[in-house]
Amino acid sequence: MNLILIALITLGVTGLLAALILYFVAQRFKVEEDPRIDEVVEVLPGANCGGCGFAGCRALAEACVKADSLDGLLCPVGGQEVMKQVGDILGLQPAAAEPMVAVVRCNGTCAARPRTSEYDGTRSCKIVNSLYVGETGCAFGCLGCGDCVNACQFGAIKMNEETGLPEVDDDKCTSCGACVKACPRHIIELRKKGPKNRRVFVKCVSKDKGAIARKNCLNACIGCGKCQKECPFEAITVENNVAYIDWQKCRLCRKCVAVCPTGAIHEVNFPPKPAPKPVEEAPQPAPKPAEETPKPVEEPKPETAPQNVEPANKEEKQ
Amino acid sequence: MKTFRIGGVHPQDNKHYSAHKQITAVPLPKKAVIPLVQHIGAPAKPLVVKGDKVLVGQLIAEAGGFVSANIHSPVSGTVTKVDTAKDAWGMSMPAIFIDVEGDEWMPEIDRTDTLNTVCKLEAKEIIEKVKQAGIVGLGGACFPTHVKLMPPPGKTAEVLIVNGVECEPYLTCDHQLMLEHGEEIMVGIQILMKALGISRAVIGIEKNKPDAIEHMQRLASHTLGVSVEPLNLRYPQGGEKQLIDACIRRQVPSGALPIEVGAVVDNVATIYAVYEAVQKNKPLISRVMTVTGKEVKNPGNYLVRFGTPLADVLELAGGIPENTGKIIGGGPMMGRAMNNTDMPCNKRMSGALLLNREESKRCQPENCIRCGKCVQACPMGLEPYLLSKLSYLERWDDMEKHDVMDCIDCGCCQFTCPSNRPLLDYIRAGKATVGGIIRARAQK
Repeated sequence: MNLILIALITLGVTGLLAALILYFVAQRFKVEEDPRIDEVVEVLPGANCGGCGFAGCRALAEACVKADSLDGLLCPVGGQEVMKQVGDILGLQPAAAEPMVAVVRCNGTCAARPRTSEYDGTRSCKIVNSLYVGETGCAFGCLGCGDCVNACQFGAIKMNEETGLPEVDDDKCTSCGACVKACPRHIIELRKKGPKNRRVFVKCVSKDKGAIARKNCLNACIGCGKCQKECPFEAITVENNVAYIDWQKCRLCRKCVAVCPTGAIHEVNFPPKPAPKPVEEAPQPAPKPAEETPKPVEEPKPETAPQNVEPANKEEKQ
Repeated sequence: MKTFRIGGVHPQDNKHYSAHKQITAVPLPKKAVIPLVQHIGAPAKPLVVKGDKVLVGQLIAEAGGFVSANIHSPVSGTVTKVDTAKDAWGMSMPAIFIDVEGDEWMPEIDRTDTLNTVCKLEAKEIIEKVKQAGIVGLGGACFPTHVKLMPPPGKTAEVLIVNGVECEPYLTCDHQLMLEHGEEIMVGIQILMKALGISRAVIGIEKNKPDAIEHMQRLASHTLGVSVEPLNLRYPQGGEKQLIDACIRRQVPSGALPIEVGAVVDNVATIYAVYEAVQKNKPLISRVMTVTGKEVKNPGNYLVRFGTPLADVLELAGGIPENTGKIIGGGPMMGRAMNNTDMPCNKRMSGALLLNREESKRCQPENCIRCGKCVQACPMGLEPYLLSKLSYLERWDDMEKHDVMDCIDCGCCQFTCPSNRPLLDYIRAGKATVGGIIRARAQK
């Protein structure tokens, strides 16, 4: 009996002492943290993808709390909505930001790009790029080993077995930019998502001269400059034998798409054009020609369908 | 018998296909394409324009920086354009295109075979001549030779080490060069010793070339200060730092050049080029390369002028066999598979190895079993398993901390790996990135 009592008392006193020490130490070395940081972390998606430029969601939250305004601070995953919530917590105005999406700028499908060699080494774009030109003759195009697919935390990029090219799912893409960094050939670019996911872009980055680019790939941009002349908004520049459409200037009039001789300029998520009169629909600087199109039928179609229809039509016309 | 002390592997040497085959000159091409990047360092600046007539040995591009080299026309004819051409791996490179007309040489070049042993030039004049001739290390790295001959202030050269090792399997061009042009190489060694102001030279030769050892020993016995060091077989003995360790038992510290331990290493082919440049006024316009492989009809050693398409050389060797899986530029350990046989031969091309489909197949990589064989095999004392993993994870800072820049790309790790892991692939890719980061930092 006595023994049990002694044991209880000893343990009890030791426990009490330890508790007291811990309490005072905790008081003495307390870390003052802004409680708003936790609140902001709650709101953020918690993907820790690093797309914002910070080491993770908590680092962004800390930066937001410290900052005087939310300019330049954006969670690409959560987008405008989340930033608005963050702004509400902190009493700040979120910076206006366009929703972005990753765009694959290579259309060197298996059918268009003849294979010149066979690669049996490590399946990694980074390594193939360090070794040689790749399985086709194009030194700028997609290598097809799927580094971007591996880099995507959101499952937004898939390899299309038929074309051998990666495809981005607009809905899943959070524009964190991981794929942009992963691509050793800098094919993937973040572009404005556009109204109703409508975009016009050059699906080629080949800097080869026209004849060589064309020999390597039927869908290549040959840098002829027709689109540049056609563009009413000066959004297109041709440099190093390749055209680039500045998404900040492009107004989606789609005149360039019509004149491109190789079908390198792509339009996505536009409703199919009425076949008979494709040119006269836009009279001079049309502010938003996308809205003028006669029948806005099934708009948010998956991007593949209209995109495939377009170049096919054009080739028939020529 | 001596050899180097850290790491190394023993691949089958397979030199019997092309060993002792006389050096044959490849006929001139109809059109020559001369790349402007045939060396480490900045590309050469072209000095000719479209329509210019050039002679063999005429300077057509001058060095574009301190570590860069002159390029001379290997053919005579008319320049058709200065444009880009595809290199061995299909990437674009700047090049000069020449339509070949006849074979007219610059008048000052001595084309006779007579051995000219007397060199009355001063050290400075020799170095200037080597520089003008555009000579680079023909062992494969293509480091401009004149830079090696000018030790930085505070450092002095003590011994010239001549690399006749040719540890790379299959290749026999240096072996054959020693047999056919041993006398010239010996004169070249004396010229370089004079240029460096030293009195000792060691020729390292692996023991699988007994005739070359005997031949060079006989020649060396008549020459003061030159000795031949027969070496035990082990790859990569031909690596600069390994050869220094094997021949004079000195270890070059991490990140330093051989001059740190008083050594200057030059390949026998480079020394032959020095002899020709100094004694015959002939700039570097051709080299000996080996074309070999199990199924090649006429494997052998071929003297090619730079700019000759590789396809021409392969044609002379009996064409590309039906069953060819890969054509490797260089040897099987350090060489890289090529995808363009139209590429012009250049200062880098020490050989073309044609592997058939079975030989060239890569094995499926398995998981690392942590056996540590790669660490044992690495001649630079690195940890290849770790470096390849860090490269995979893109941890460049850590790679730099683990001395990735010391890697000599010898491929021992990948060769020895029982799980067939692509160690070198990852390390090489990582090394390129880390090198870029270091250069960018240095510029800041």
